[in-house]
Amino acid sequence: MKKIIITSLIAIMFSSNVGAGTDGKKNISKNAAPVKDCFESLNRATFVLNKGLDKIIFKPVAKSYRVLPSPVRSGVNNALDNVSSLITIPNNILQGDFKKAGINTGRFIVNTTIGIVGIFDVAQKIGFSEYEKEDYGQTFATWGVGAGCYVVLPVLGPSTVRDTIGSFVNVLGGDPWYNASVNGNNEYLSNSQYTATKVLSGIHFRAKNLESIENLEKNSMDFYASVKSLYLQDRQQKIANTKGAAIDIIYNGEWEEIESN
Amino acid sequence: MKKFFAFTTFLIIILSSVSKVHSIEADVFVQSTVNRAAKTLGGNLSKEERIQKLKQIAKETVDIKGIGFYSLGDYRKKLTENQLIKYHKVFAEYFLKSFSSRLAEYSNPEIEVNSKKVINKNYTIVSSTLISTESRPEVKIDWRVYTKDSNNLLIRDLIIEGLSLARTQKEEFSSIINSNDGNIEALLKNLADFAVK
Repeated sequence: MKKIIITSLIAIMFSSNVGAGTDGKKNISKNAAPVKDCFESLNRATFVLNKGLDKIIFKPVAKSYRVLPSPVRSGVNNALDNVSSLITIPNNILQGDFKKAGINTGRFIVNTTIGIVGIFDVAQKIGFSEYEKEDYGQTFATWGVGAGCYVVLPVLGPSTVRDTIGSFVNVLGGDPWYNASVNGNNEYLSNSQYTATKVLSGIHFRAKNLESIENLEKNSMDFYASVKSLYLQDRQQKIANTKGAAIDIIYNGEWEEIESN
Repeated sequence: MKKFFAFTTFLIIILSSVSKVHSIEADVFVQSTVNRAAKTLGGNLSKEERIQKLKQIAKETVDIKGIGFYSLGDYRKKLTENQLIKYHKVFAEYFLKSFSSRLAEYSNPEIEVNSKKVINKNYTIVSSTLISTESRPEVKIDWRVYTKDSNNLLIRDLIIEGLSLARTQKEEFSSIINSNDGNIEALLKNLADFAVK
């Protein structure tokens, strides 16, 4: 109960500018200020640490994971998406997107039951719209909270102050999966299940991007800056729910004055 | 006089239709470019031959100079004439190496052009999909095509799953310049080093 109150207080604290649309697309990022790298030296040091950990742990594990047959990896991905919808649904509601909250609740029920704990994405097959994850960082952004400084977290990687606070909301009662597994006091779920899903999410992401990360590193003069740029672009489009279609957000009109001759 | 006008009108109509025949639509241009690249990547060429062919395709279809300007961001207004000449030279070498090296990793890429959206008279965004394989999921790729000269369409950016390569490059360049107290020479050195490594 205490955690719910804390989460609600944080939500109210940030809710000075609630303006989410109901069509799923939001206009909040078109004039987003550039994100400052206030802790660049520390961030670069953490980035080097993460690269080292990646080299000796995450990359080899991800490579082994890739050996698994494609249907197995696909099932893992579906199950992880299903668990993540427990965070997405409250965020749909907090963003005022009740229609999507309803759809995602339906998807969760169908996939958890008929889809056997989410391993099979039955909902997609019977015509549910494509699943889009939402989190508390995105919700804060739709409420008008700025990203704050860019930060690189040990092990977890790139983030912003806003997104990091958003992640803390998960463990302060905002993630029903965390509440049920870590604090549920039930005989079926425990802390290890929660940790397993988080670790598996990381491995799955790394395995999916093995070649692209390697290619990016090989072709970057400043790998840190490239990763930062890609992370911030990705967050910007996720917040705006544009799926890459908002060209004005990507460029902010900067191309217009470029002449090549 | 009447015949002169009639002839002039006829000439204008003919010339404008000839011009239309030579100009191609942005989506056709992108499909033809990816087909050329796919043929190169799928052929029995050595890696070096592939890279040379890809560089040639890039020279003909990508606005390397325009991307170079864009990648400089606000710094493009601060460069001296000599620095600008040097920059364009090293940028072209860097770009062609980076571009061909990125693409040479793929074999038999199958890209389907889906739609296009005219932004204004200078730009059209062409949407396409890199078809999934056993080892790679489907990837959405948007192409920013510079259409100012309808007879010479040029690619200015690739937006992969919503992430712009040009913007990433611009932010990378900016980071290099900023980490060297705004010294543009540091970027020039980095570009030159990359091109020969």
